[in-house]
Amino acid sequence: MQDLIWLLPTYPVLGFFVLVLTAGRLPKNIVAIIGAGSVGLSFFTAVIIATQFLSSGENYFIKEVWTWMAVGNFSPGFNFYLDGLSLVMMLVITGVGFLIHLYATGYMADDPSYSRFFSYMNLFVAAMLMLVLGDNLVVLYLGWEGVGLCSYLLIGFWYINPDNGYAARKAFVVTRVGDTAMALGLFLLFTELDTLNIQDMLYAAESEWEVGNDLAVAAALLLLGGAVGKSAQLPLQTWLPDAMAGPTPISALIHAATMVTAGVYLIARTHILFELAPSVQELVGWVGLITLLMAGFIALTQSDIKRILAFSTMSQIGYMFLALGVGAWSAGIFHLMTHAFFKALLFLASGTVILSLHHEQNIFKMGALRQKLPVSFFSFLIGSLALTAFPYTSGYFSKDEILIAAHGLEGPGIIFFYGGVLGAFLTGIYTFRLFFIVFFGDSNAAHPPEKEYGGWNMNGPLILLMILSLVGGFIAVPLDPVFGHHEEHHVSGLLHGFMIAVPLVGIAISFLFFYTKTFSVEKLMSNTFAQTLHKFWNNGWGFDWLYDRFIVFPFLWLARINRADIVDGFYTLIVEISRTANVMIVKTQTGYLRWYALSIAAGLLLLITIGVLL
Amino acid sequence: MILVWLIGVLFLGGIIAWLSERLNPNYPRLIALITVLLDLVLMLTLLGAEPAIGGWVAAIDAPWIPRFSISFYLAADGLSVLLLLLTAFLGVIAIGSAWDEIKVRAGFFYFNLLWTLAGVLGVFTALDLFLFFFFWEVMLIPMYFIIAIWGHENKNYAAMKFFIFTQVTGMLMLVSILMLAYFHYLQNGFVSFNYHDLLTVETRGPLEMWIMLGFFIAFTTKLPSVPFHSWLPDAHSQAPTAGSVILAGILLKTGAYGLIRFAVPLFPEASKSFAPFAMTLAAISILYCAKVAFAQTDIKRLIAYTSVSHMGFVTLGVYAWNEQALQGAIMTMLAHGISAAALFMLAGGLQHRIHTRNMLDMGGFWAKVPRMAVVVLFFSIAALGMPGLGNFIGEFLALLGAFRANIPLTVISAFGLIFASVYSLWVIQKVFHGEYTNSEFDDSHLTDLTHREMVYYATMIIGLIWMGMYPQSFLALSQPVLLDLISSTEEIVNIVVQN
Repeated sequence: MQDLIWLLPTYPVLGFFVLVLTAGRLPKNIVAIIGAGSVGLSFFTAVIIATQFLSSGENYFIKEVWTWMAVGNFSPGFNFYLDGLSLVMMLVITGVGFLIHLYATGYMADDPSYSRFFSYMNLFVAAMLMLVLGDNLVVLYLGWEGVGLCSYLLIGFWYINPDNGYAARKAFVVTRVGDTAMALGLFLLFTELDTLNIQDMLYAAESEWEVGNDLAVAAALLLLGGAVGKSAQLPLQTWLPDAMAGPTPISALIHAATMVTAGVYLIARTHILFELAPSVQELVGWVGLITLLMAGFIALTQSDIKRILAFSTMSQIGYMFLALGVGAWSAGIFHLMTHAFFKALLFLASGTVILSLHHEQNIFKMGALRQKLPVSFFSFLIGSLALTAFPYTSGYFSKDEILIAAHGLEGPGIIFFYGGVLGAFLTGIYTFRLFFIVFFGDSNAAHPPEKEYGGWNMNGPLILLMILSLVGGFIAVPLDPVFGHHEEHHVSGLLHGFMIAVPLVGIAISFLFFYTKTFSVEKLMSNTFAQTLHKFWNNGWGFDWLYDRFIVFPFLWLARINRADIVDGFYTLIVEISRTANVMIVKTQTGYLRWYALSIAAGLLLLITIGVLL
Repeated sequence: MILVWLIGVLFLGGIIAWLSERLNPNYPRLIALITVLLDLVLMLTLLGAEPAIGGWVAAIDAPWIPRFSISFYLAADGLSVLLLLLTAFLGVIAIGSAWDEIKVRAGFFYFNLLWTLAGVLGVFTALDLFLFFFFWEVMLIPMYFIIAIWGHENKNYAAMKFFIFTQVTGMLMLVSILMLAYFHYLQNGFVSFNYHDLLTVETRGPLEMWIMLGFFIAFTTKLPSVPFHSWLPDAHSQAPTAGSVILAGILLKTGAYGLIRFAVPLFPEASKSFAPFAMTLAAISILYCAKVAFAQTDIKRLIAYTSVSHMGFVTLGVYAWNEQALQGAIMTMLAHGISAAALFMLAGGLQHRIHTRNMLDMGGFWAKVPRMAVVVLFFSIAALGMPGLGNFIGEFLALLGAFRANIPLTVISAFGLIFASVYSLWVIQKVFHGEYTNSEFDDSHLTDLTHREMVYYATMIIGLIWMGMYPQSFLALSQPVLLDLISSTEEIVNIVVQN
């Protein structure tokens, strides 16, 4: 049965082809069956394969399908590699992916481009599976670009609004900057190590490079470039909030649960390389820390329900990077998994809220939705608790592991630890700010909801994700063989108590501000400093402004001034010169004899003068 | 002998097509189609042929002008076969794209089309340099007529520009060929234009560089590469659709073929020392033309500039001169041949429907012509180098190989991948996304792709997916040729170094 691992991406690819070739002529319920069913089949197959793999006791499994290309010693294949890490990823992608597909069958029910939507979604799942199951970096890159493409297509799904198109292109181009760095990393690795098969490459790197080798550092840096692009980390994070222009199930699937965590997967997959480049590994930690704090501050100031969740995603991936940076590989992947549960839950629930309020996304135009939208309310309650690492929810276990591991690290570990705790504090505030504003207080909705949107196909996934968000922390991930050892870190009980208490304080602050209104935001915002800071954070620390000024505008300017292609000007000039010369020579042909006689005499005089002078 | 048939059938078919117009104005296109299909079938027999010594699957060598030992020497190896197949395939596609578009003087049009193709086949198979030059000219003149007679508003200017650029640089190549033959006379006592003979000619020092430049400039004008590219946007924007298909899909590739077959192997030493300059030109082509492409409002000019940008990867790969880089260059030639041809056909199809090429007038066409939108999206995605499609294989391998040869220039060229996504997605946005408006044109003929059109695009789509998912079918054909070329040039360079 493990031999059938190639079926995992095949089902959604077939779904994609059927939906594309029928070009929207199928009835919606058939489209739903193909769209969601293909991913469901993948999940079913994945579960069987996972059970067999785990019971086999093997550490890895390889299935070779065909040689993609063989050029000299470069011969990547369409081969599948299954180990604990890809196992976790594959189950998350197909499992959470299936739930989101199911939800989307309801969410998108009224959309005229129903079939187009599911064709993109299916292609995405297939590409994402190739990304995590490929045994070499070229197949990984195939998946990597494939998910980027689907992300572009789905962000711009509602193409009539040019803003959506802009967001889609921004996402694609910004991540492509990272992808290009990654491609260069691949070239470097291949040139130096003669293989891009991941395991062989890591083995070769380990035996040929010692720790701190310059080439290892360069290669790790280039791969990190790819990772920060896809995972929306500093400095390529600016595309993610705009990506919320896509339909909400997309935000849940691509921009929360799966694609944006690809960078984390990449680094974990090549962790040996990063261990050979400790400076880069530490940089990963710093990138994570700075991103998680910056995104946390931004989330405090946002008013769009999806953008708040987007910044929260950015921040949580920051935690995963932090984990990678301190070498807590398993903890990073564990957080990736739990985050997929609770963030998918939050996004899908926000989708229900948005639809129930007739496409309202501003949290200040919601309020008092607790009774009207009970499923959303409980989804948000559980999702928010997990997000803020409330004890014994799934997020608690994973975040706990990360912070404890950071604490155990020499050097910057202590900064990582307290920074991470501060981030958890911010998480508590912004998460419950959203929660209290949306579900409590007075209703500010322009069109208050009559009833909660959604049938079993939307509520079912929400309930399952609620359960996973609650108990997902008890899932044992089979990652020890992948990362070579079991990570066991401890902190004192006092410190642990502190770690648990900090997010609760954050929640309490939100409670006082937004539930009891004991404190008022208006008062806090009364001075100019606070207003400036608010504006600064609200604009994402000015990154868009910076990139526009220094990259986008100069590029547009250069393009505009040279629209006519200056090189062509050179040839036009030659043409002009010969034309002018022609005109001038023609002018001498006057037909007057005296003019000819004069010019002959003048020429003769000139020649004689030259002859005499020389 | 089969090579003579391949070319002869086209010459003959061209004449018959021209004459048949008197009988029925619809005959020429039918005859042209049958002729090219026949050629395609003949070519397929080459695939099964057992290669002789040196990897030549077919060859013919007959005296032509014995006085100067010029012979009618044609031969095809795996590399030629690939390009022959591309030529015939795109020939069929080009005829398809002209099917409804060319109504005026159709007989003469198809005559020119077939003669251009014949010239191209000759270029891809000639191993006598004089004969090569002959075919080089043969493909030029009918192409000139195609642009000058069936072109758009500024056709005479464009056709003349195309002619002068190619003719002037062609002359440089002729001078180089003659010098090479003369050197052969000095060293061996008799004149020869035979490729194998000329490979043994020893030219050293600055003169070798000058002779090589004659070839280089002729080939990079055709390719084209900065700074010899500026004829291309005019030619493309003015040419009829079939002309663009032939031009972008096939004619440009003769330049690349020339570099691989002649420019580098004949002058391995000079090429080696010239490589950094050539690769710099490649990097400039890639980035500069991508940027200029982005600024265009005329959709055909935009695609033309992207062609120059993509051909930069070919130059880069050729001058990196190792197996991966060369295979990358060849895959780029094949894949770009198809994707660029398809994009020009789509642009031509749009122009045919709404009589404008100005993208500023377009927008929101997705809802109106969804099939066309999907097809354009596909080819744009292919052009920007999406893995799984042919263009990715080409550009990835070219860069991979180039990295070995020159890291800084490879890094700079890689930025082309980012630029490609900027302009490709901009076209999609400008033409197909957004709100539909038709204030600037009459949309009564804006209909979706017909079934006939869909057949062409579907074959091209399948071709690109095949190249992207199982490029081995193509790589295997060119591999022995490339290995031979690489080892023989290396030998010469090594001998020179030892001396």
